[in-house]
Amino acid sequence: MAEVLLPRKMEMANDPSKFGSPDLLHVLAVDDSHVDRKFIERLLRVSSCKVTVVDSATRALQYLGLDVEDKSVGFEDLKVNLIMTDYSMPGMTGYELLKKIKESSAFREVPVVIMSSENILPRIDRCLEEGAEDFLLKPVKLSDVKRLRDSLMKVEDLSFTKSTQKRELETENVYSFDSPVQSQLKRTKI
Amino acid sequence: MDLVQMQKSLQDYTKSLFLEGILDSQFLQLQQLQDESNPDFVSQVVTLFFQDSDRILNDLSLSLGQQVVDFKKVDPHVHQLKGSSSSIGAQRVKNACVVFRNFCEQQNVEACHRCLQQVKQEYYLVRNRLETLFKLEQQIVASGGMIPAVELGF
Repeated sequence: MAEVLLPRKMEMANDPSKFGSPDLLHVLAVDDSHVDRKFIERLLRVSSCKVTVVDSATRALQYLGLDVEDKSVGFEDLKVNLIMTDYSMPGMTGYELLKKIKESSAFREVPVVIMSSENILPRIDRCLEEGAEDFLLKPVKLSDVKRLRDSLMKVEDLSFTKSTQKRELETENVYSFDSPVQSQLKRTKI
Repeated sequence: MDLVQMQKSLQDYTKSLFLEGILDSQFLQLQQLQDESNPDFVSQVVTLFFQDSDRILNDLSLSLGQQVVDFKKVDPHVHQLKGSSSSIGAQRVKNACVVFRNFCEQQNVEACHRCLQQVKQEYYLVRNRLETLFKLEQQIVASGGMIPAVELGF
């Protein structure tokens, strides 16, 4: 089966060296659907993004370090350029995740895009009011991802380096967090 | 059958799935995302869809089979199935799910039972057709051939 199904430990996910290349956009994708995770991951990879995929809002918060006592801080050294989240998820919704991210000091500036299969205007309005960058209707198109990437590239002033060798873009799929968080990253307290 | 004939068969077969509305353009999107570095992408996604769908259809049968149907349980399942079928381009399954959800909203148990049968029918159909499609592709690859590129103009 595909590499996406292998669970990785939290320590590896937080290894700073894994976020090597400064010129690749790092996208955190959140979706409870197996099919959609596979699909969005591929869309992002062909768009030359580094991808981390998680299957719930709770796991997204854990990944960002927003799940612990000081919920407003987060992993200061974690570089995430874009968060794409499904709206309808069991437990915490994408909307609730959006709010938590916007409340955090480390990640409130990170653009959050909501994805939904339902074109419900009040829902869209609510998300945009809460600070969502964009609202995409599923199934997401490659052109949507490219458009997002292009606008972000301008903002971040990153440059693409084309290497002659094919660079393997790593995907980190964080499914299980059974060991306590051993963060190798600094956490600064306000 | 020689290679060229097999490739033609595959193209004709694929076209028929679109013409019959069993698949829609989203399936083309999936095919366009497949390349030499990810040669099995489509079959991987579709396999996930099959696994998810089997589970959901089973859960739906159980939920609808209860004495008192809890539509709060039924609807999310249908929503999930609608989402994943939409993501792979299984148009008729998706459309059947839309109808199903409407009846869930109305809490019409009888109609929901009929909808479940309809969804199952469409699912088994697309599953059968896609499995045939993948077999045709495997035969071509096994004979040393390439899968013909996706034709958008039909």
